[in-house]
Amino acid sequence: MSSARDRLLARAAREIVPGMVVNLGIGLPTQVLAHVPAGIAACLHTENGMAGIGPALPPSQADRNLIDAGGAYVSTLPGSAFFDSVTSFAMVRAGRIDLTMLGAFEVAANGDLANWKIPGKFSPGMGGGIELAQKARRVVVISTHTDRAGNPKLKSACTLPLTAAGCVARIFTDMAVVDVGPRGFELVELAEGRSLAEVADATGAPLHVPDHPIATF
Amino acid sequence: MKLPDKTTPMAQAIATIKDGDTVMIGGFGVPGTPMTLIHALVAHGARGLTVIKNDANEPGMGVDHLLQSGQVRRLITTHLGLNANAMALMNAGQIEVEFNAQGILAERIRAGGAGIGAVLSDVGIGTELEHGKQVVQLDGRPHLVQTALRADVALLHADCADGFGNLTYRATARNFNPVMAMAAQRVVVETETLVALGQIAPDAVHTPGVFVDCVVPLETLTKEYAVVER
Repeated sequence: MSSARDRLLARAAREIVPGMVVNLGIGLPTQVLAHVPAGIAACLHTENGMAGIGPALPPSQADRNLIDAGGAYVSTLPGSAFFDSVTSFAMVRAGRIDLTMLGAFEVAANGDLANWKIPGKFSPGMGGGIELAQKARRVVVISTHTDRAGNPKLKSACTLPLTAAGCVARIFTDMAVVDVGPRGFELVELAEGRSLAEVADATGAPLHVPDHPIATF
Repeated sequence: MKLPDKTTPMAQAIATIKDGDTVMIGGFGVPGTPMTLIHALVAHGARGLTVIKNDANEPGMGVDHLLQSGQVRRLITTHLGLNANAMALMNAGQIEVEFNAQGILAERIRAGGAGIGAVLSDVGIGTELEHGKQVVQLDGRPHLVQTALRADVALLHADCADGFGNLTYRATARNFNPVMAMAAQRVVVETETLVALGQIAPDAVHTPGVFVDCVVPLETLTKEYAVVER
């Protein structure tokens, strides 16, 4: 499973192309950092007040004042900048974030995202998620394909309180890469070792399959 | 002329906090959280507090001490995901939690600090954040009226301060500290380093001392400020 997760993270990292400003959400998305090619000319933003995130550091080398939004210790790069929370979210709401990668409890076939509240059970809060989901130029989700009980996270409609409506463009899971298109969920790639039938079965809404061969990751 | 000195002993700096007060607390995770002032507020004992803080820290750290001591009635925040204690208190109805989108929390505080009654934003339209809020049409699109937030006291953490209260922050410890410094009747800052007037170059000041009432130099940094081993 860990190698499947590494492949998922590495595949998601390929979504980051030169020139982008990118925000990685708490959870699986922040783990993409380790898979971003070192030489790429891109800028990672973290909403707690930094642009130009460098490699993550182990506790023994960490600066106690330098974390990402998930609390992981990170480093600077030549050209990094620190700023306050007001400035950080001005960047978000002004459309300066080209791509954000977020976690999900549920994603709907129309691109609705729910990731902050399971009423009465687990409600971590939205943090910066609502603004990122609503205002980043491109929103992708990185998530397991199903929840811990095996229920699909990709559904025909969200049942949980929304983070933002119609925001998700693409979903990276341990089973597949799925786009949200005009017809709903559209299969883009399959994870190595996963069958089409298996992925369709684990998806809670129709999964449209292209008529050309499907790549694997 | 000489700028006034605001260095204050810790106990005196927080002595004015009373039951039912609204308290803003800086920090995002460990960086920028005034751990020592929080312990002083626990010892001080004021109850029924409304606390405004980005996050609830982690179990046994920072604002969690105030939650566990039962001094907080209401928490205005954005994220509790790293503190299972806080989520349990919320689910049990022992603290009332108001979630805000993070940048909107910052703007509500900024409005309070800048003497503006509210800000209008489309953030949260189509979500639960609409509940209880006035909706205004602007350029034909719905916007939520996000009312300003002010506090009786702000508790902040600086890397460096002079006696007048000019402040600088380190790295990601800046976060909500500068904006909260603008939005409270009384602003109390703990600082890792206290320097003489003039030692912070005017161009390097992050928060001007005009906003600050009390500067509390820290004698030691407890292990709560240290790198968290996970």
